[in-house]
Amino acid sequence: MNRFNKSLIPSLLTLLLAAASVVAQPETPARVIEISAKKFEFTPNVVTLKKDEPVTIHFTSTDRAHGLLVKEFKIDLDADVGKPADVTVTPHEAGSFAAICDHYCGSGHGNMKMTFVVE
Amino acid sequence: MAKPFDRRSFMRLSAASLGAGALLRFMPFGSTANGMTLGNLLGSRNGEAPGPFSIVQLSDTHVGFQGPPDPLGTKAFERAVDAVNALNPQPDLILFTGDLTHDSEDPAEHAKRFAAFKAISGRLRVKKQMHVPGEHDAALDGGTLFREHFGETHYSFDHRGVHFVALDNVSAGKPIVGAEQIAWLKKDLARFPKTAPIVVFTHRPLFDLKPEWEWFTSDGDEVMNVLAPYDAVTVLYGHIHRLNHSTIGKSQHYAARSLIFAFPEPPAASTAEKKPLPFDKTQPFRNLGIREITGNSTRHTLSVNDVELTSRELSGTEGVQQILKTGDFL
Repeated sequence: MNRFNKSLIPSLLTLLLAAASVVAQPETPARVIEISAKKFEFTPNVVTLKKDEPVTIHFTSTDRAHGLLVKEFKIDLDADVGKPADVTVTPHEAGSFAAICDHYCGSGHGNMKMTFVVE
Repeated sequence: MAKPFDRRSFMRLSAASLGAGALLRFMPFGSTANGMTLGNLLGSRNGEAPGPFSIVQLSDTHVGFQGPPDPLGTKAFERAVDAVNALNPQPDLILFTGDLTHDSEDPAEHAKRFAAFKAISGRLRVKKQMHVPGEHDAALDGGTLFREHFGETHYSFDHRGVHFVALDNVSAGKPIVGAEQIAWLKKDLARFPKTAPIVVFTHRPLFDLKPEWEWFTSDGDEVMNVLAPYDAVTVLYGHIHRLNHSTIGKSQHYAARSLIFAFPEPPAASTAEKKPLPFDKTQPFRNLGIREITGNSTRHTLSVNDVELTSRELSGTEGVQQILKTGDFL
């Protein structure tokens, strides 16, 4: 009995380690899209995404508070100098979608926008 | 303290836009069955058809704005003041629905623009003038300058049986009313029965009119949930520089024309560019017109009739060169 148990120990350990590795295996990280804002423009001003692919938007500002709003994807971020913001989203609809700065930043604010293209 | 309303005190509302804004006439039930017609309105300017209660809404004067697409500066605002001063009888009060000034990064320059706004609005014969800020007035400084000139950015008052609520959806920097103001609104309205006539005036639309052009308020749904139980809610706003009438639930939402360049009907495409209508030198005040709104006395709803003026006095059909001769632009 003892001998039988001892012979099983390496196999059990292997199984446990294998199971642990499955549990601990991190999910594939979402592709990160960097978007930077300054008065009165986003860089880049066109971003192409793939339908049903999760992406993380990393939003930064180089001058003052700005917003990044895309209602269709529920992206609503605010960034200020030294205060970036992130969100992970998965677009499920193909097309072109406008993103705007929704944090008033001065006289050119009304035309501060960019485009998300989902293919 | 305001007296509570009952159903008998319901107002019938008719309104007419002067292009420069909107003239609203509140008529008690049981008065003239057909409400105020355009003829009545024009007649009233000669003292022929006085209404029991009217207000004027002026919006988006942008004092301090210079350059294309509209070289008129404050000329349309000044013309609107003259037109309102010519009304007979005079309206009881004037509502300004934001963007009184065009912003400046320099607070001293912006303060001058507030002073210039007050110099022109001070020429109005009607001295009861109420204001809400637009983003050009209050978004860069959180409303500090606005408060110095006009007091709080949200408040309420009663006038002849109508409860008026001023809402601020700009000074947080984003198109938002905010939880604190919504809680205040709930408390403010709690003392009224559901039949109370309520006029909300604010700058941005409280619904998703064109979010990609920032024609929305992000928590507008929450505001409308607070207003939803009330049977007679009218929301007056500006911001979009064009006429619009929308019905949200039982409430009626009216945008007034601006007193500076106009925007077109927004195309459906999300990415459509936001561009003002081109300035027409032959008709510098082309977007002036009269919008007549007559209330339905049984259902408390409003019907709208937009009429473009041909009157030289109000429409400004003279050429821009003639206007240029009348004074300097800002």
